[in-house]
Amino acid sequence: MLKILRNLKVYKWLVGMVFLLVFIQAMADLFLPTLMADIIDNGVVLGDVPYIWQIGGWMLAVSAFGAAASVAASYFSSKAAMGMGRDVRRQVFTHVEQFSLQEFDEVGTASLITRTTNDITQVQQVVLVMLRMVVSAPIMLVGGLIMAISKDARLSLVIIGAMPVLVVSILFILKKGIPLFTEVQKRLDRLNLVLRENLTGIRVIRAFTREPQEQVRLEKANRELTDVSIRVNKIMAFLMPVMMLVMNLTVVAIIWFGGIRINNGAMQIGDLMAFIQYVMLIMFALVMASMMFIMVPRAAVSANRINEVLAMRPAFQDLGTQTADRERGTLEFEHVTFSYPGAEEPVLSDITFRAKAGETTAIIGGTGSGKSTLINLIPRFYEVSAGSIRVNGVDIRDASQDEIRSKIGFVPQKSILFSGTVADNIRFGKQDAEPYEIEHAATIAQADDFIRSMEDGYDTYVEQGGSNLSGGQKQRLAIARALIRKPDLYIFDDSFSALDFKTDSKLRAALEKETREATVLLIGQRVSSLMDADRIIVLEKGRIAGMGTHEELLRTNKVYREIAESQLSEEEIA
Amino acid sequence: MSDIKKRPQRGGPGFGPPGANMMMAGEKPKNFKATLKRLLAYLKPRRARLTVVFVAAILSTVFTIIGPMIMGMAITELFEGAYGEIRGVPGATIDFDAIGQLLLLLAGLYVFSSAFMYLQQYLMSTVAQDTVYDLREDVSAKLERLPLNYFDQTAKGETLSRVTNDIDTIGTTLQQSLTLFITSFVTIIGITVMMLIISPILTAIAISSLMLSVFVIRPILKRSQTQFADQQRTLGELNGHIEEMYTGHPVVKAFGHEKKAIHKFNETNEQLYEAGRKAQFMSGIIMPLMQFIGNFSYVLISVAGGILVTQGRISIGDIQAFITYSRQFTQPVTQTANIANIIQSTVAAAERVFELLDEREQSQEAKGASLTRAKGAVAFEHVDFGYGENPLIEDMNIQVRPGQTVAIVGPTGAGKTTLINLLMRFYELDAGRITIDGIDTRDLPRGELRRNFGMVLQDTWLFNGTIKDNIAYGKTGATEEEIVAAATAAHADHFIRTLPDGYGTILNEEASNISQGQKQLLTIARAILSDPPIMILDEATSSVDTRTEILIQKAMNLLMTGRTSFVIAHRLSTIREADLILVMDKGRVIEQGTHSELLERNGFYADLYNSQFAKTAAS
Repeated sequence: MLKILRNLKVYKWLVGMVFLLVFIQAMADLFLPTLMADIIDNGVVLGDVPYIWQIGGWMLAVSAFGAAASVAASYFSSKAAMGMGRDVRRQVFTHVEQFSLQEFDEVGTASLITRTTNDITQVQQVVLVMLRMVVSAPIMLVGGLIMAISKDARLSLVIIGAMPVLVVSILFILKKGIPLFTEVQKRLDRLNLVLRENLTGIRVIRAFTREPQEQVRLEKANRELTDVSIRVNKIMAFLMPVMMLVMNLTVVAIIWFGGIRINNGAMQIGDLMAFIQYVMLIMFALVMASMMFIMVPRAAVSANRINEVLAMRPAFQDLGTQTADRERGTLEFEHVTFSYPGAEEPVLSDITFRAKAGETTAIIGGTGSGKSTLINLIPRFYEVSAGSIRVNGVDIRDASQDEIRSKIGFVPQKSILFSGTVADNIRFGKQDAEPYEIEHAATIAQADDFIRSMEDGYDTYVEQGGSNLSGGQKQRLAIARALIRKPDLYIFDDSFSALDFKTDSKLRAALEKETREATVLLIGQRVSSLMDADRIIVLEKGRIAGMGTHEELLRTNKVYREIAESQLSEEEIA
Repeated sequence: MSDIKKRPQRGGPGFGPPGANMMMAGEKPKNFKATLKRLLAYLKPRRARLTVVFVAAILSTVFTIIGPMIMGMAITELFEGAYGEIRGVPGATIDFDAIGQLLLLLAGLYVFSSAFMYLQQYLMSTVAQDTVYDLREDVSAKLERLPLNYFDQTAKGETLSRVTNDIDTIGTTLQQSLTLFITSFVTIIGITVMMLIISPILTAIAISSLMLSVFVIRPILKRSQTQFADQQRTLGELNGHIEEMYTGHPVVKAFGHEKKAIHKFNETNEQLYEAGRKAQFMSGIIMPLMQFIGNFSYVLISVAGGILVTQGRISIGDIQAFITYSRQFTQPVTQTANIANIIQSTVAAAERVFELLDEREQSQEAKGASLTRAKGAVAFEHVDFGYGENPLIEDMNIQVRPGQTVAIVGPTGAGKTTLINLLMRFYELDAGRITIDGIDTRDLPRGELRRNFGMVLQDTWLFNGTIKDNIAYGKTGATEEEIVAAATAAHADHFIRTLPDGYGTILNEEASNISQGQKQLLTIARAILSDPPIMILDEATSSVDTRTEILIQKAMNLLMTGRTSFVIAHRLSTIREADLILVMDKGRVIEQGTHSELLERNGFYADLYNSQFAKTAAS
């Protein structure tokens, strides 16, 4: 938490102003009861009406001054807190953008999102509340005590006695209650989970006639949530009554003991009335301060999560300076080995191959064989553990990441699109693309037809994640996005899976012309979609189990033959 | 991330900044009266407890209100005694007996007030939560009765949000706001009465200063509401951008878009800062302004009260009492001002829940026929069907004998699920009939009909539980041996045993701790265990590795033998060997027949066949 608060340093003047202004406001609030005591003791008791008016005027001036200070404090505090939130958010986002996939794997995308959004908002909110209210609590507390003691030190003992009772009882109730809130959240999540399962699995549930059992499951989750909610509310029900009781009884005690003091001539009646106001102010400040005990730990959790992200360093640096244009359209792997950090076994070991311009290299293999990892190494999403990869004849570590990536047209397995128009999404591959280039890329990717059939054509808005497009449409846009770059190296990670046969074959035919001077790297599941490749690499457990053309592999490679036989009929293999 | 739409919420224990409630401009319900009435009906079973809550709330408030009055009396007593003594009035002394009695009474009142306050909140927690429980139960029972097209047409997040967020809003209102309304109302009336008793002049001062505060606060509140909406919108925009850039991180990197992403982020972030700063400032000055107006009336009361005391029209304790009252007055007034908003958004939430409860249900179960285990003859007779207006299937006739295989072929998105929907009666026909062993499916109870079907689809559905439970899903009371046997037949036994907890392994929420292919094997095992006479299969195995695919294929073949099977076919061998091929395009069945018949016809199928397999067949 402290680490995050250090970001307030930039705003130290603002924060200083807030402290000063809150202090002024607190002083004004504390001064009012004293003035009122004067009205009573010197005005009312003596029947001096002009004096009453005069002091009344002072009171108004003081409270106006306090209010002005408070408004100004609000101005500075919102500026400081929101500014800090903005700065932290910018820091985190800019930092995360430097991360390689390795860091994303480590923290998890969903978690990174919450850290950048909710966690920062949470901290920002707490800082704001702290600047606005919690800062005033100690000032009020100390100021109120000083004023009370100056009015009558012995009577203040009542306050000193009541304070711990109030604080302890509030903290006790909160200590019992807060863990239950976490439990409520857990059970709410559980209910949500079961509900979600019921909604997504509705066909299966009905197909198996499991409605009654699902009802029971839902009811159980509902019951559990209700039970713990009732429990927590029953505990929290103590909070207000106890607070009120302690405050009220303190006031009663003050009047009683104050009466005795007055009787002894040690105190005036106006002072007693002022004293009662001080008790109220002090108790209120205490309640505020107790709130801090809840808010700060909560925010601290968020703050820690943010700090974790900021403390992470990208696993490798982007230091290369060469341009990658020595041998255009070539890709070379030389004894490449890669292990995920902390893993015992390498995912890829000793991968060596070379692809020339105009060649298609296909990779086939089972889950966990390392196919996707292999292609993720090329744009340097991960750093090779040993060996080297050369794009256009240049080691990818010797050129900048931007340089290397600008040579690659990457089509990931999951077609990720962004909110924006269709044209924007294709232009993602080449920011200064002309309209005719966009249309050309879309035509080759077999996307032009469906784009034109949409209401706004190329200006059709794509929702976040492309949720208003079908899987096949998304895939084709992702392909067009890669094509528009006219890269030297194409990477297709199982990128035709959502296309029907007809579209698939048309697309391949069109691609062939487009990729004549580039290397194509293709990952696939089906032998029939790879068998035309110039080179097929069979990956097994991170090693190359065979490399060659379809015919060669059929003859020499057992793993490949097994795969092929399961997918193709006799005549097709031949 | 989560698909629950985040509506502005007044949730939880509420330790947020005070006044946050005021920032929410409520959404308006369409039919306020009817919805409110219906919501109140949910409280009916708890009316006894609710009555006690109300009585306790009123008593607790009344006691609190009487408090300052008695305190004032004690102070007056003190004052008169003390100053009598000073002025040397004979026999004048502070009457500690009287003061003591008054203070004891006061303490007693406060104790009772707190006790009743506790009682009221204690009871209200069960009232609120039980009501919410009932609502949720009704909704979940409703979900089971809704026809499938509801689920197909409604976004999951939308339904989820009604069951969670909306019901939560209702619960929070019941728990926190309902009694607050009562106490606020009683407080306002009670305090007004007490103030009037003490001094009508002072009351006039207090009330006019309150009016003034409403007058001053209103425009600020209005402005801050729009600014808050502004802040919320920008925050949503920024969070959307973050979510998008993070989930698309590999693509952003691959295409070198980091700088642009950061640039856009900074722009929106700056906007958020501006919007947030303004909104927070506006909301931040409401409190001090109200406080100032409070102080203003405090000063006026002190001055006017002081003058009144010198004129002997009120006593000194009355000032003390009056000040306390006027301080207590502001809070319930602002709360009541807020009531309209809270009630409105609560009723709007209730309305959304009731809308869900009022959705049309699937038609009543027939009880006429019975079908324990079908032989597996399936027939479509003059079937017409369409979603909504446009017909997809017109006058479709097919005859399938027990044990035959029907291959369904067509481009992706051709609407192959439609057939499943009709077969298992997830949707109702527009005309014609579907029979199983000659019995109209509409004459059968749905459960009985569906028990005769098994389903292995590409989107596997598994739930958050053990692997064992997931396989046993298809058969209540399946034994351990049966489960293992089914898993073995589905070629799933081996991989299950390699998992850390074997059959006891708990699948996590997204079932991401096993691969897509393994999930498919589990659904096959589930189907094998339930052993239905008719199977519906989807051969598509995208994002499944080749080795696992072989296993899936083997398991599917096993599953098809001896059963009537409808296969969404992707491989040539299945299609060619099928007894009947249904060719679908754009949701319609456009051709049907055997492989050779369809080739001869030289239509869509022949075209499709040639484009897909010609190349491979030629090589």
